[in-house]
Parts: sequence; C-alpha cells; structure tokens
Amino acid sequence: MDLSTTYLGLQLPNPFIAGACQITGSLDGLKRLQDAGAAAVVLPTFFEEHIRREQLAIHSSIDYPAQSFGEALTYFVEYEKPIAGPEEYLETIHRAKKCLRIPVIASLNCLTMRGWKEYTASIEQAGADALELDFFYVSVDASESSEVIENRNIETVREVKSVVKIPITVKLSPFYTSLANFARKLEGAGVNSLVLLHRFYTPDIDIEELELIPRVEPTNPRDLLLRLRWLAIVSAQVNCTIAVQGGVYTAADAIKAIMSGAHAVQIVSAILVHGPNYISQLRHDVTQWMEQHEYESLNKMCGNMNLLHCPDPRALSRAHYITLLKSWQTGHQLKLPQMGFCR
Amino acid sequence: MEIKMTTIDGNEAAASVSYRLSEVAAIYPITPSSPMAELFDEWSAKGFKNIWDDVVTVIEMQSEGGAAGVVHGALQAGALTTTFTASQGLLLMIPNMYKIAGELTSFVMHVAARTVATHALSIFGDHSDVMACRQTGFALLSSSSVQEVHDMACIAHAATLKSRIPFLHFFDGFRTSHEISKIELLADDDLRFMIDEDLVKAHRERALTPDRPVIRGTAQNPDTFFQAREACNRFYLACPEIIQKVMDRFAQRVGREYHLFDYFGHEEADRVIVIMGSGAETAKETVEHLLSEGEKVGVITVRLYRPFSINHFIDALPKTVKAIAVLDRTKEPGAPGEPLYLDVVTAVNECMALSSTPIHSSVRIIGGRYGLSSKEFTPGMVNAVFDELTKEKPKNHFTVGIVDDVTHLSLDYDGGYDIERNDVVRAVFFGLGSDGTVSANKNSIKIIGEETNNYAQGYFVYDSKKSGAITISHLRFGPRMIRSTYLIRRASFVACHQFAFLDKYHVLEYAAPGAVFLLNAPYGAHEVWDHLPKEAQQEIINKKLKFFAIDADSVARDSGMGERINTIMQTCFFAISGVLPKDEDIVKIKESIKKAYAKKGDEIVRRNLAAVDSTLDHLHEVSVPGIVTSSLNRSPVVSAAAPEFVKNVTAVMMAGKGDMLPVSAFPFDGTWPSATAQWEKRSIAHEVPIWDSAVCIQCCRCAIMCPHATIRAKIYDPLLLADAPSFFRSAQLRLKEFGEKRFTIQVAPEDCTGCGLCVTICPAKDKLNPRRKAINMEPRLHVLETEKANFTFFLSLPDVERKSLPRMGVRPSQYLRPLFEFSGACAGCGETPYIKLLTQLFGDRALIANATGCSSIYGGNLPTTPYTVNHEGRGPAWSNSLFEDNAEFGLGFCLANEVQSKQASSLLKKLSPQIGDSLIQEFLSSDERTDQRISRLRECVVELKKKLAGINSPDARRLEIIADYLIPKSIWIVGGDGWAFDIGYGGLDHVLSMNHKVNILVLDTEVYSNTGGQASKATPLGASAKFAARGKEMDKKDLGLMAMSYSHVYVASVALGANPIQTINAFLEAESYNGPSIIIAYSHCIAHGYDMKLGPEQQKRAVESGIWPLYRFDPRRIEAGEPALVVDAVGGKIPVLEFMQNETRFKMVEKFNPDGFRTYVMRSQIAAQRRMTVYQHLSQLRLPIDVPTEEDQKE
Repeated sequence: MDLSTTYLGLQLPNPFIAGACQITGSLDGLKRLQDAGAAAVVLPTFFEEHIRREQLAIHSSIDYPAQSFGEALTYFVEYEKPIAGPEEYLETIHRAKKCLRIPVIASLNCLTMRGWKEYTASIEQAGADALELDFFYVSVDASESSEVIENRNIETVREVKSVVKIPITVKLSPFYTSLANFARKLEGAGVNSLVLLHRFYTPDIDIEELELIPRVEPTNPRDLLLRLRWLAIVSAQVNCTIAVQGGVYTAADAIKAIMSGAHAVQIVSAILVHGPNYISQLRHDVTQWMEQHEYESLNKMCGNMNLLHCPDPRALSRAHYITLLKSWQTGHQLKLPQMGFCR
Repeated sequence: MEIKMTTIDGNEAAASVSYRLSEVAAIYPITPSSPMAELFDEWSAKGFKNIWDDVVTVIEMQSEGGAAGVVHGALQAGALTTTFTASQGLLLMIPNMYKIAGELTSFVMHVAARTVATHALSIFGDHSDVMACRQTGFALLSSSSVQEVHDMACIAHAATLKSRIPFLHFFDGFRTSHEISKIELLADDDLRFMIDEDLVKAHRERALTPDRPVIRGTAQNPDTFFQAREACNRFYLACPEIIQKVMDRFAQRVGREYHLFDYFGHEEADRVIVIMGSGAETAKETVEHLLSEGEKVGVITVRLYRPFSINHFIDALPKTVKAIAVLDRTKEPGAPGEPLYLDVVTAVNECMALSSTPIHSSVRIIGGRYGLSSKEFTPGMVNAVFDELTKEKPKNHFTVGIVDDVTHLSLDYDGGYDIERNDVVRAVFFGLGSDGTVSANKNSIKIIGEETNNYAQGYFVYDSKKSGAITISHLRFGPRMIRSTYLIRRASFVACHQFAFLDKYHVLEYAAPGAVFLLNAPYGAHEVWDHLPKEAQQEIINKKLKFFAIDADSVARDSGMGERINTIMQTCFFAISGVLPKDEDIVKIKESIKKAYAKKGDEIVRRNLAAVDSTLDHLHEVSVPGIVTSSLNRSPVVSAAAPEFVKNVTAVMMAGKGDMLPVSAFPFDGTWPSATAQWEKRSIAHEVPIWDSAVCIQCCRCAIMCPHATIRAKIYDPLLLADAPSFFRSAQLRLKEFGEKRFTIQVAPEDCTGCGLCVTICPAKDKLNPRRKAINMEPRLHVLETEKANFTFFLSLPDVERKSLPRMGVRPSQYLRPLFEFSGACAGCGETPYIKLLTQLFGDRALIANATGCSSIYGGNLPTTPYTVNHEGRGPAWSNSLFEDNAEFGLGFCLANEVQSKQASSLLKKLSPQIGDSLIQEFLSSDERTDQRISRLRECVVELKKKLAGINSPDARRLEIIADYLIPKSIWIVGGDGWAFDIGYGGLDHVLSMNHKVNILVLDTEVYSNTGGQASKATPLGASAKFAARGKEMDKKDLGLMAMSYSHVYVASVALGANPIQTINAFLEAESYNGPSIIIAYSHCIAHGYDMKLGPEQQKRAVESGIWPLYRFDPRRIEAGEPALVVDAVGGKIPVLEFMQNETRFKMVEKFNPDGFRTYVMRSQIAAQRRMTVYQHLSQLRLPIDVPTEEDQKE
C-alpha cells in the first residue's frame, strides 16, 4: 500500500504530520513521534508577540529596580545569554534536527514585518526543513479593511520568500471573505503549501467576576466538517499542496480530509489525548481501510471529493436550507449528503 | 606585552585577582562587600578558572561567623581560601581571625571597609571595622584607589604565602569599592609570576592530613601559653620586608611601584600628612597642587598598617619635617588619640629615643578624624590641615569636614577650594533609580574608558529610599589617571533627568560657570524657560549656562521605552558634551546598546536603538533670555506646620544639605523623634488611586494591602461632613453593627508611590464598565489639589476609638489609624502591609525590635522614619540592634517590661491601703488584653497617678515612674528571612524555646532582599538567586514546623494578599497568647521578578499551589483537647508550575537550566504535597496536655 505523499515539496512516506503542540516541543516527544512513524513534525509556534512581551517583562523586572539603592545595585544574577528571545527556539530546531531523520517544520507567528524577516532567516539557519507561517490575527480595528490585512499577508509571504530558500506553508483561518481567492493570491506570492484551518482561541466570560478567561479547548471531530468544505473548495483551485489541521481523530477523518484534497494530515488533539504512538494506529487503520476498499495509493483518493470531482458540488457551495428548498422544488428525493453539514 | 585596560569598580578589581588566586571562598552578603562574593559565585557558576585551571568552590554560609569558620577549616585542610566582608560582618569573623593568625596561616580576606554601627547603622565607608581587627595578628594592607585594589590584592596573596601572616586587604567602602575607574588589568601570567609555587606547595604541606597527622588548636596553660604566643614574633618582624620585596617584584613585572609607606611631596617638606585609604588620593592631588604653588608639603600613604614597620615609616618621612598631621578615618572615643595617630607618635618617639635619629627633635604631631561614614574629604580639607600645621599651636585631636560647634574640634576649611584641572570633563547627572540614569552613566564610562585614551571615573550617590529613589552620578573623564576621590562640585556638564527635581533640589549648584545644562522637561524648547523656578533661571543667567532641553519622557514613550529615559539622556550627553568626536558618538552608543542589551533580547535592543534615532530630533538648545521671567519659587522642603526639629534638622537633610548641619543639631545618643515621614511629601507617583464610592463594597482590601499607608479608610459621624470640601467622597457605612456612620476611602496623593496594588486587589467592579473598579488610577497632577484638600480633611476626622469597635476583622482593622506610614520601601512592597497591620492592631502599646535588613532600612533610615503616633501621642517604640541578635534583643525588651510590670504590681499591692482596693482590683482582676480592657487600664493608670500624687512615700514615687507598665505592652520581634532562617536562627530558636511573651514576625521574602537578592535558607527550591545562580537545589527550611515541634509556641503561616482575615486572626491570636509566638508572613518582593502590583495574585498562586500553606498552630487548643494545628489552606488547587512560571527568579532557571528546571518543578510539587500531608496529619492530632509544674500546683 502506497501511503506516500508530497507536502511542502517534501516527499513523505505517509500523510501524518504531528502538528504544533507541547509534544513536539520536547525532544523526547519528537523522538516518540518519529518512532510512531510520523512523516514530519511541526514544532510549537514561535510567537513574536510572546517573545517581545517576555523580554519586556523580564527586562523591567530585572532592570527597573536595579541601580537605585546603594545596598542592592541588582537583584538578580547577571546572565550572559538572552533570557527571552528566539535563541531557545532556534536551539530546539537545532536539537530536533540532530536527533530526527524526518523533516522538521518550524512554525512562526509574527506581528511585524521585521519579525517575519528576521526570525524566518534565523529559523532557516537553525536547520528547519520548512516553515509554517501562522497568520493567526484578530483584527479589532474597524478601520482596518480586509484588503489591507490580505495585502499585508501577501506581502509577508513575498518578503519571507525573498529571505529564505526552504519551502513555506501558510496556516489559514476560515474567516476570509473569499478564502479560495486569497489562497490563490498566496500561491501567486510563492507559498509552497497551505494549512487549513487555524482554530481561534476564544476567550470565555466569568459572569461572577466579570472577567474574560482564556479558554483553549482541544478540537473535536465536529471541527473537521468546516475543514472538509474548504479543503474541497480550495484544493480544486490551487496547485500547491495542502495539509489539513483540526478535527482529525480517526482514520475515517483522515480519509475524508484526503478525499477533500489534503495531501497531508496534521494531528494535534488526537496525539495529546492518545499519545504519540497514535500516529502508528492511524497509519495502520488507513492502510487497512485502503486495502479493504482497494485504493492502491493515497494519490488515488486525494481530492476525489473536492469541488472538481464530488458528485454534488452544490453541496459545498450552498447553505443547507437552500439545498433543501431546491430539492423539494425539483421533486428530488431528499438525500442527506454523506458528510452532511447539518449534523 | 600588551596592557589590557578595563573599566571596573573596586570590588571587581579585588575579586578579579582573588578569584584567580583562590580555590575556596566562603561567603556571606554584607554591604558594600557583597559584589565581590556575588562575582565569585557568578564566575564559579560559569566555570571560570583560577590560575591553576580549576573552578573556585564558592559556598554561602549562614553568617560571617559561619563563613569565617569554613575559611579556617579550609585553610587548615590546605586549600587556598578567601572571603569578603565589612563592618559587623568583619566583627563576627574576629574570633576566627585570631585563630587563623595564631596558626600563622597564609590567607587573604578582602574588606570593603565600612562603618561599624554605633549610635546608628551606616552602610558607608570608614576604617572603624578594620581598626577593630588591629589586635588579631592579621597584616592590614590598605588600597587607596581601584587600581591599587587590583594590585594590592595580588601583592597580598603573594606576600601571605611567603610571610605566613594572614592578610586583611582593605579599601574604602563605596568610595573605592563602588567607584568605577579605568585601570590596567593584571594578566593571568602576571599573577603566575607573582605566586611562588613552592610556597603554595608549602601551604599544602602544612595542611592537616591523616597521612602526616599533627594536632592544632590545643589548650595551653599558664606554664606555656605566654612563651608559645611569643614564638610567632620573628614572622611579624620579617613580614614588612617580605611585603616590600613582593612589591618590588610586582614593580619589576608591571611597572607600578609601591612601598609600605609611600611618600609624595617636596623633598624638603616641612609639613606632612599621614593617611591611608582613598583619602590619600585626595591628599596627593592637593599636595601636587600645593607644590606647584611653592609649598613645602608632602603626604605619606600608609599601605601596610600592620605589622607597623617603624623603620620603614621613618625612612619614608622627609627629614626636614617639622609638623605631622595624622588623619584617621575612625573614632575611638575616650582614647588618647586614634590608632594611626598613636602609631605615628610611637614611631617618632621611638625613633627620637635612638641617638641616630634622622628626625628633627622638635617635630610636632597632631591627629585628626575625617571622613567617617563616607563623609566627603576634599582638597579644601587637606589644605586646612596643612594650614593648621603652620600654626604655632595647632589643634590636636581635631576633626575636619564637619562643623563641631559643641566641643569645637573641627577645623575651618574653604568649601570653594578647587584644584581640579580644566582638562578633566566633569559631569553630574540627577536621575531617578527607575529611569535608568545610573545604568546609562555606567555605560558611558565604559564607552569612554574603553573606546578612547581618556581615563574615566564614576561614582554614584544613592537615596536612602527604595521607591522613587533619586540618584546623583558623578563622572570624570580626563587624560591622566583620576585621583579625585570626592564628589564633583564644579561640573562642566549638569543633567537633570527629572523636571520635578528642579523644584526639590539645588541641581544647578553643581554647575561651573559656562557649563552645559541638560534638562528633561515635558515642555518644548520655546516654553520650557517659563516653567523653571525663579532660582534656576537666575542661576542659568548668572553662570551663563548653555541650556539644552528634551522631552525625554515623550521620546521614551513613543519608542516603547516606558519610563526608561536612560538611552535618550545618554545620547543627549554624547551629542552635546563633546567627549567623543562628533561623528563617532552615535555610532558608539549604538554599538554599546547592541552589546549591553543583546542578552536582554532583540526587542529591547530595537527599542533602544529607536530611542537613539529619535533623540537628536527632539533635543534643542534653549535660548536664555537674560532676565528672570518666572514667578515660581522653589517649594519649601517641609510645610510650615512641621515641628521645629523637622524644620531645622530633618528638612535640611531632605534637601540634600545634611553635610551643613553642625554637631549641635544632633541628638547625642542616636535617639530621633518619631512621626517624621509625614512631612516628607515626595510626590513620586505618576498616578494615584481614586475611590469610587458608588462601586465600593467597603471591603477595605485596598487599605489593608497598601504598602505605604496611603490608602486609608475611616468611619465617622455623618455630622462631621458639614465642614468637608465639596469634592470629598463619602458613603453610608455598610456594616450596620458599627452604627449609623459614613465611610470614606482616601488617598494621600503626595505620599502614594503609585504601585497600583490597591487596584489589583479591589474586588468590586463597575457593572456597566467592569474595566473600572471601586478604586482606579488617575494622573496625580489632575487630582493633586483636590485630593490634598480631601486628605487634609480626612486626617482632621477623628480616628475611631478602638474600644468602640464591636469586633475585629479586615474592615474594622482598617478603620484604625496605621502607625507606620509613607515608608521608603519599594513601591508595592510585600512586607510593609504586615507591619502596618501590626501597628493598627497593637501600635499604641508596641515595642518593636527590628533585625537589620529591608525592614530596618525603610523603618529607620534617615532623614525621615515611618513609625508614627496616634492622636494621644502613642505609637510604636522601635529599635534595631544587629542582624544576628534580634530575637535576643526583643527578648531583652520583654524581660525589662516583665520586671517593671512585676515591680509595679507589687508596689500596687504594697500601697493598696492608700490607693484603695477597688482600683487595685481593676488592675489585678484580669490578664485580658482586649482593646476595651487596655482602654480601661489606661483610665485606671490616670486615676492611680492622681492618687499617688497625694501619697507621700518613696514607694509611691517609684510607682509613679513605672505605673504605665501596668498596661501590657506588645513586644514584637520583626525581621526578614535572612535573619530568622539564617544568621539569627540560633537566637530565634533560643527565644522560642523559652516561655516569654514575645511575638515574632518573620517577613519572608525568601531571599536577602536588602543586600540584593542572595539566597537564604528560605529561598524556595528551584529559584535562582545570587549564590544560587542555577536554581536553589534544596527546598526551603520549614521554620514553622520546627517551631511547632516545641508545642508551646504559637505558630502561624500567613499570606495577606491571599487571605487577609486569616492573617488578622493570626496576629490577634499570637498577641493574645501568653507565650512565644511566631508568624511567618509571605512577602512578595522585587527580588522575585514581576510587577509588584500583581503581588496579591501571586500570593494566591503560592497558597493555591501549596507552595505557601496557611495555618495556625495554637497551643491553647491543646489544653482544650483539640488539635493544635488548624490548616487554613491546603493548596493543591493549581499546579506548582503555575506559581513558578510567573516569576523571573524561576523563569531564569527554566531558560538557562531547562533540565534542572523540570526536575525542580517536579520536586517542588512533591515537596508541596509532602508539606501538606504532614500538616494535615498534624491537624488531626490531639496532643497530650502538659503536666502542671510544681509552681502551678502550689498556686
């Protein structure tokens, strides 16, 4: 059975990639993922904002009280290395590369063009095989138009491509007015792949304390449906490879994503729940299913249910109630799609 | 051979040599020597090697006494060993110093000489500590400058091996230890050249080893001790010549010549000053000047003070000398003269006794004191001494540098006497501690010292306050080695980094005519002039200053630097001072920023570079109009309502003019008035909290948590509002049981530090706009006038009567007036709320014994002190003895009170026929210590005194004096963890082991906060601290559990930010318990590394994770058949990691020792669980009840 695939220009023996999470943040976790047969690993995302804030917080906690009082000119041990900076992340890449055979994909989220350019260059130098640009961004400014944001993202891709040679992929959120159009623009700017879809961390409200509480929930299988739709739509209209992320828990989930057009499947929540070895289970289950259903290779089913090939493309483009109405009008027997949107 | 120049301070100069020539160092922090120990610890942690290619073993001990013991042991077992100390620390080492010297052990200790506490503690420099070691048998070797510290350290290490005499190498605390200077660095090969390996081998061969067993430390008897003691003489006789030879060898290698006594001056001088330490540099500089004026003067710098070589001294003295002045930087009350003076007199006399004396027989010798506690010693003073020597009857035993209008010992001197050359750039900078001025100046010195041929010197004057602290930097740059060991008084460049300082301090006093004046002002170049005080305008005009201004705060804000204006002001300095060539200055600054901030992160580098770029666009020269236009006068230092002493003495010190106060201005026994902090309106907050009465739930958490007592709560009669300012805020009191009262929360707008703790802890949110709370920060200047009026009115409202409170709790405790206010503690301090609470609950009858540390500094550092009095004039009586003896000191308070109250009681009984039974019964009826009972007792004492006045008997007179002791006092022993866990533990344990009614409050910041964050035994597992750079490897000691093991001690562990009511209960129970009590109080601290306003949140995390359990162990419950221990918080609600990740002290370990950090997290989690398991078991235990003592049974 040929599970091999291509993603980010990398030839992978199977589609299962461990997505960015705490397991990919430790050498031990990375080794276990490799042992389980993960085709590649995405390291935890390096957030420029986080680093900046940490630097400022540590700087102010150490430097502000210093040199004020004769008895205590400082309150902390002098350190030589940056206490908060990209160095630690770069060292992780370096160490991961040293102990892994499989490709190591770095993940980056920046706030500034300077950050994007500087950090991507360092990440390449540290030895990453590829880079995932995490465009997670919440626009809270009503004066900022979608065009401005999209153009900035496109510009970012161009700038990053101009500084690094390693392949890059962009992780997208579903909240673009025309995701397929934007995907094409990204492709035009030079991305090698795309990741669909980012999941927003959303704050919850504590109604007793009147406070916002950050909430990070693992994805669940229902999250897959949104991705299947956009995989099907985008994959039909771009040439670059795509990875799915979010909601893949079982072999069936993975197969659905591949059929919708995914070339690679990023697993996060499932390995957090079941452990790194779950990748080997997924590989086994997919192989078995393909054997049972006589698929010789992954390529045979990749995209077979996308906008170009699925039996009812309208199911992808219409909201359900209209489909229902038309079905009734045309007198067709009501037939729920296999992966219905109303579940 | 290439000479390496470097720009370092005296401490580093000593440590640099000592590290490379040592194998073991036993250390303990004490100002101003701590940086030497810190550098050793840091270098050792980084794996730096000594000249034998080994990493030095560095060990922190529990006290200097402990360190000396380790040193003695390590030396006996053959290691090349060193230590560092000062002042009281040196005194604690003395017993071992006798032993080390008695055993003729090669050893060097480095001492940043500091004043020994007498009528007051002082962290500053003089020779009183070193002089206390004269008799130990140590060689005393003195250095006068940073270069000499470096050189003499090497000479000492080399000479001790040869002479076998141990060395105390010393230099002046702060003036030399903290002065930054450009010096020539000794290379490892220089050190190897100086150290004779055969002598090292000999040192090792003298080690105690079972392979060659010998016995040392015997006990000797009258038959032998004396002779054996004299057996060492030949070593002392040989020592001076050995040292001179080592000095000669040193000169042969590096070219710098030293002698045991170095003479500088006219070959045929008739007047000579003898001096040692940094003052010798000033004396030399002055002599150089006087020589150029044709005077026949000279100075002898004493380097080897012990063994004092009379021959070498006489040889150094010019034979033409007619008069000698010996200057001592110490005071020996009651002695016929200070030590160096007596030595010189002896030397000259002994010389005279010889027939072949080269000295003139009529030579006159006078002695004088100068520079105690780093008092300035200037060329004018040196000149005055030389002038005195020309007099027919010069004053002996004089003082110089002060005005002694009581015993008239002081010499007059010309304060304006100035000999500094014009090719030396002299710059003075006024800054705030938090604005980074000192850091920037240290950086500038490095740039100039290392990038140009100029010599550079930096000396920094710090505030006595820890929050809103002012710093004054004195920088000199010039073509020759800089010898001026005194502050700049005529600067060619004066910078004022905070506009408000112009109103408070005489900043321009430092400016020489024609100097450049740089001002950070929130005004444009065209308007700034009109905002200057009149006095400043006049001075700018008179002195024809070139005036530049920049709105550095705006530039800092816009470039993301927050309050840090250091880089901006530094850029301005380089741009307008001309110390670096025009095109190079900005380049050099940028290079140095990249170098200095690289380790702080690219974001910090970027923001600083951005600040440099925008600085020059905002720097403008101000055109000076030539006439004074301002109508603003500098504000008076204190209000006209202040007491006379505050106006005449305290205010002078506050204005930075304390040097001008004469001897007569001072109390002669160290006794100072209480309640002075209220007069020092520091106005350091940018924002102050303003109360919103509509949102407030009146929980008073803001007030209880306020570290500076600047948020106050009061309840009062509604009728009193009649006279309130129209904007005064008031609400109906919610606690109905306290009556129909009004309630107000009020800020003291000029005393608040703006820490924001009150806002963090406020639980009440505005429902419509939850971003606003019941207390919100507002810009101080917007609300200043109204809030000043409000606060004045608030203070005029009567304080609540303690006895009228139906119960105690968080809210009622805050209706009581704090008798500890406006301290200089760090903004957001975690310790001071506990002390404030103590004074609210018991302050009007409290005696506080305070261990040295943060709490003694913010509690008792002049000019103003925070302990205050209530409307009856009662308040805490406070004193600090030492660091190590506080429990014993407090026990002394207790015994004295016990004795006097017992005497009073017995006199009362004796006089009962005259006094009358009913009053006697009132006194003796109960042991209760409630507020109601105390209040009643006070009335009874008044009544008693009235009655006593009418009784004509000696007993009545005696009772009159001690009648107040019939009212129970509340004895508190307060200190930090350094005291309680380490240096003072022996005494603390002893006091706990007895059954006296003392209350111990341990303010546990888990680190030596006052000396800059060194690890104590309270430092938690995995926290980085100085002396535990890679994370503390052992968990903190469980002091509470140890105290509980006595079972008669009341023990509580509290965290005010996490659970205020539990804290109050602990204080009340402790105070009411008739035996020893100890409260261990979690105190967040800047040494933990996070924004202090988040202290309460972090305290909650500490409690919820089980890192800091809350409990109360009350032996009274044993008597009641209940488990003595009540656990108030069991932890386990959040993982310990969540607590650890919020603090830089743990974060540093996570970054630099990630593997270690993971282990520490796991171990901390287990340790927390283990602690809780033990406590929970204990909380189930019912202990057997004590058998009554025989005495009890008799009663």
